[in-house]
Amino acid sequence: MSTARAAAILLAKELRLELRTRELLNATIVFALVVVVLFSFSFDPTSAESRRLGPGLLWIAFLFAGSLMLHPSFGREQINQTLDALRMAPISPFALLLGKIFANFLFLSAAEVILIPIFAVLYNVSLMGVIWKLAIVLALGTAGLCITGTVFSAIAAHARMRELLLPLLLLPILAPLLIAAVEATASLFAERPGLDRTWLAFLAGFDIVFLTASWLLSDFLLDE
Amino acid sequence: MKSRIPITLVVAALIFFAGYAALFIAPDERTMHEIQRIFYFHLGSWTAMFTALTIAFVANVGWLLTRKPRWDWLGVSAVEVGVVACTSGLITGVLWGKPAWGIWWTWDARLTTCFILWLLYISYLILRGLIDEPQRRATLSAVFGIFAFLDAPLVYVSNRLWRTQHPAPVLFGGADSGLDPTMVKVLLFSMCAMLALMLVVLADRYRLERMRHELDELRVAAETRSLSAGPALTSATRG
Repeated sequence: MSTARAAAILLAKELRLELRTRELLNATIVFALVVVVLFSFSFDPTSAESRRLGPGLLWIAFLFAGSLMLHPSFGREQINQTLDALRMAPISPFALLLGKIFANFLFLSAAEVILIPIFAVLYNVSLMGVIWKLAIVLALGTAGLCITGTVFSAIAAHARMRELLLPLLLLPILAPLLIAAVEATASLFAERPGLDRTWLAFLAGFDIVFLTASWLLSDFLLDE
Repeated sequence: MKSRIPITLVVAALIFFAGYAALFIAPDERTMHEIQRIFYFHLGSWTAMFTALTIAFVANVGWLLTRKPRWDWLGVSAVEVGVVACTSGLITGVLWGKPAWGIWWTWDARLTTCFILWLLYISYLILRGLIDEPQRRATLSAVFGIFAFLDAPLVYVSNRLWRTQHPAPVLFGGADSGLDPTMVKVLLFSMCAMLALMLVVLADRYRLERMRHELDELRVAAETRSLSAGPALTSATRG
């Protein structure tokens, strides 16, 4: 079976599993919302201040939500040893990883789609003119977060204290992604919005570097 | 065991002379005066750190490709030594920053990169502590180590693009930057001394890791023997 087809089947399985309960999605959205609301107490959320601090706030909320949401990705497979079953299937380990990366990407994107309008309303930021450009930044940033996060979820699944370990491993590695995503978003939140292409290229580079690394290392990551 | 004593003494002498050279031989710096002398050890720490972390990266790749335990021992030893060198670089940097720049810390590209590297490799060591099964621990920490190493240039580039007001390079900066020739000699000497110190500690740490591994194997062997010999022997071997 080709990698793409195997990944698509696994993606369908992940989506089916999630849509039955929606527990992951609900918890993620509410958690990110709590972060967004709590931030309003840390500074005066006037329109000017929100434009200045909003991009950082938004990405910190996504990063924290992502680092918590990604744990069940492999953690869930441990309960009934279903990971062993998946590994016995005649598919490449990268297909398994790719299916999960796509699934996490969709979950987190769904959360973002719900959160962005709420954020715009709560913080008085008008996003109508830049919504498509913002979608590109969000997609590239979320992809980087999900690629590294899914790999680290597989690493953390074998450790003790795995819920705490995943953010610990993931957040420092995302420092360059956070800078690039915040700067790209800030260029859209500015008085005269214009997408900063340097940061967009940097985000794409981040995604490519770590996707390639995951492809090369997936055999080792999932072989035991 | 005996062969380690002379080499350790040589390294101790090197560090001693590097300290002497930094304090008494190197000329006074024009603007920063005495405080600048910390620089010889500051840069030495960074040299040691980058060498150690590169060794760790090679060891991580080596383990994944060959599955020979010695690569794993080398990997964890190099990361530990690298973290110590990084800590020393950060502390000497902060001590130097206050009198030289007037601030303890600035979020410039190099400082931030090293701080993030420090966090990443501390996480590497924490990760190792949380996985019990040795094969799995070696493989998963090797994968994480490779990701962390790949992240370093990205952290540097992103910070470089982001904040451009960091102090201009004095060393290797351009035609008129340059150092006094005596300073260069003292600097190279102290860098070699720190590197030698790092390598000696690394070799010792590697030996320790190998002995731990051997001890584990002996324990397993003893337990299997006591199991096959019957319950009567169990308490004796455990004790």
